[in-house]
Amino acid sequence: MTEREVIIRLRGIRNQFGSQVVHEDLDLDVYRGEILGVVGGSGTGKSVLLRTIAGLQKPAAGSVDVLGTDVLTADEDTRQALENRWGVMFQDGALFSSLTVRENVEVPMRAIEGLDPEIRSELADLKISMVGLQYLAGDKYPSELSGGMRKRAGLARALALDPDIVFLDEPTAGLDPIGASAFDQLIRGLSHSLGLTVFLVTHDLDTLHATCDRIAVLAERKVLVTGSMKDMLKVEHPWVHEYFHGPRARAAASEGSAEPGEKGN
Amino acid sequence: MTRPGGEDFSVSQGDTSNEVVLRGALTIRTVTQAKAAFDGFNPETLARINLSSVTRLDTAGAWAIVRLQNRFSEAQKPLELTGTTDKVASLLHTVAQTMPSPEKAPQSPFSFAQWLDGIGQKVFAGAMFLRALTGYLGIFLHRIGRAVRHPSEFRFTSLVHHCDEVGFKAVPIVALMAFLIGVVLAFQGSTQLRQFGAEVFVVDLIAISVLRELGILLTSIIVAGRTASAFTAAIGSMKMREEIDAMRTLGLDPAMILFVPRILALLVMLPILGLIANVAGLFGGGLMAWIDLGISPAMFMTRLVEGTSVDHVFVGLVKAPVFALIIGVVGCHAGMQVESNAESLGRMTSNAVVTAIFAVIVADAVFSIFFARIGI
Ligand SMILES: Nc1ncnc2c1ncn2[C@@H]1O[C@H](COP(=O)(O)OP(=O)(O)OP(=O)(O)O)[C@@H](O)[C@H]1O
Ligand SMILES: [Mg+2]
Repeated sequence: MTEREVIIRLRGIRNQFGSQVVHEDLDLDVYRGEILGVVGGSGTGKSVLLRTIAGLQKPAAGSVDVLGTDVLTADEDTRQALENRWGVMFQDGALFSSLTVRENVEVPMRAIEGLDPEIRSELADLKISMVGLQYLAGDKYPSELSGGMRKRAGLARALALDPDIVFLDEPTAGLDPIGASAFDQLIRGLSHSLGLTVFLVTHDLDTLHATCDRIAVLAERKVLVTGSMKDMLKVEHPWVHEYFHGPRARAAASEGSAEPGEKGN
Repeated sequence: MTRPGGEDFSVSQGDTSNEVVLRGALTIRTVTQAKAAFDGFNPETLARINLSSVTRLDTAGAWAIVRLQNRFSEAQKPLELTGTTDKVASLLHTVAQTMPSPEKAPQSPFSFAQWLDGIGQKVFAGAMFLRALTGYLGIFLHRIGRAVRHPSEFRFTSLVHHCDEVGFKAVPIVALMAFLIGVVLAFQGSTQLRQFGAEVFVVDLIAISVLRELGILLTSIIVAGRTASAFTAAIGSMKMREEIDAMRTLGLDPAMILFVPRILALLVMLPILGLIANVAGLFGGGLMAWIDLGISPAMFMTRLVEGTSVDHVFVGLVKAPVFALIIGVVGCHAGMQVESNAESLGRMTSNAVVTAIFAVIVADAVFSIFFARIGI
């Protein structure tokens, strides 16, 4: 196997709010084309980490390299170009409430010079359909959608420009189990066919099993361990052990392990 | 790793006459150009597209290709793609799978009937709005009746709080406004009346216009702007966060808790504010009459008491409770119309102010006609 390309490289990140230090000396690598699941207890700073990489939060120290560019020191134009290459799906979609779903998806596309408005609208329809929303959902306003639909619409907007990386903040939180597993498959499928790198923050053990290639555990203000699900089961750290050996984890594992097992044989 | 600034895309003839070769980047940046080129392809003469020279393909490019393929399939001339890598094939497959099938709602062209229908619907909506307001008034009166029978359900603290909010805190602005109106009336009146040597009638002018109309009307307009919007914003934001639904599930009555203290506070405070406005208006007018016309305060008082009937005060203040009900009901009703998005909160707040002010002025006009008819 060839050396994998590192697409996001964090070194020595330190984030703090007042006297509360959220991250201290945090290192993390994300490889091209993988789905990285980020887990950690509530308030360990998963969302803050995501915001740091996406340039929404300036760390007190450390460096953030995305696609070979230093996000923190890049000038406006470079940053702009970079922002077109990643998409962020916020926890509740964060759709613009005054625009329809289709117009929301079109927003990032408006930056493309010379793109015909009719084509733009049809491309938006394609993205809407790709995330599994019905055609007519495109005409609706965010307030007319359910939580799950809003998440899908948020994903459609994040995917509008075919980004290299998407950041997802708890994509399956608040979805019913069927909707959540459909979302898991959607992410896997899109990541495979579009060659996406996915940075996925989640609490959902099923999602971890079903979608993630690698898992990073956030604890004690840093990335404690990274590795596959198998590696996680061997970690001695009490929180990690509890997380991956708790009753919920065992239930998720017994479902999740069936599929890879079949494939292996 | 930066993206090439100019992405080029071109179409050229392939080895055989029924083949074309696509070159360069087929992405969202070049898709407009590509689609124009694809639209020119003829199913009769083209059978194969070679993608081996395409350097970059994204979903927009794939969309254009799939669209072309679909067009050819409809003409019973399937289009063959050659030179596709696994990645490209997988992308094309994904896009083909999810290609949306437009089912646009048919838009009927503009017609006279439609226009008429639009007007009819607006009138109907207006009538329904009036009905809803009457309904809210009914709810308010019913809850008042209930509060009389079951005083324990009534929130007295809340009433005091709202009296403070809508009444006491509005005193400075109302008094200042009325004072200035008095000044303006005295000033304008004196310039006109001086031509006839009838300066002294400026007292009647000020007294009648302030006491009968302007004092209470302008107070109501200010209160409508201040308070109707505050009611809508407060109730609306609770509605938005489902707090009102939560109240209902907890067996609390939103009308009793939210509407009654607010509207009642207005009912109590608006006449008082009107009275304050009357006094401030007369004071402003008197001051100006003294400075400008030399009518001394004592003379002003005598003239005021002799020349102006107490009826005017009564006519003015009797309107106050009606205006208070209008403002309160409109504000509470608008608050309850807020949906689950922040935008509707803003929209309903400004609606409430406009409706309340408009309704107050209409009611004032109705009062004027009424009092003129019965001759007060
Ligand atoms: N803007 C802010 N100002 C002050 N403190 C903040 C801010 N944003 C986050 N924090 C703090 O940073 C810590 C990490 O927050 P973060 O939202 O990243 O948690 P999380 O890991 O995403 O939790 P959850 O799983 O509940 O979403 C929390 O203790 C929070 O109080
Ligand atoms: Mg979070």
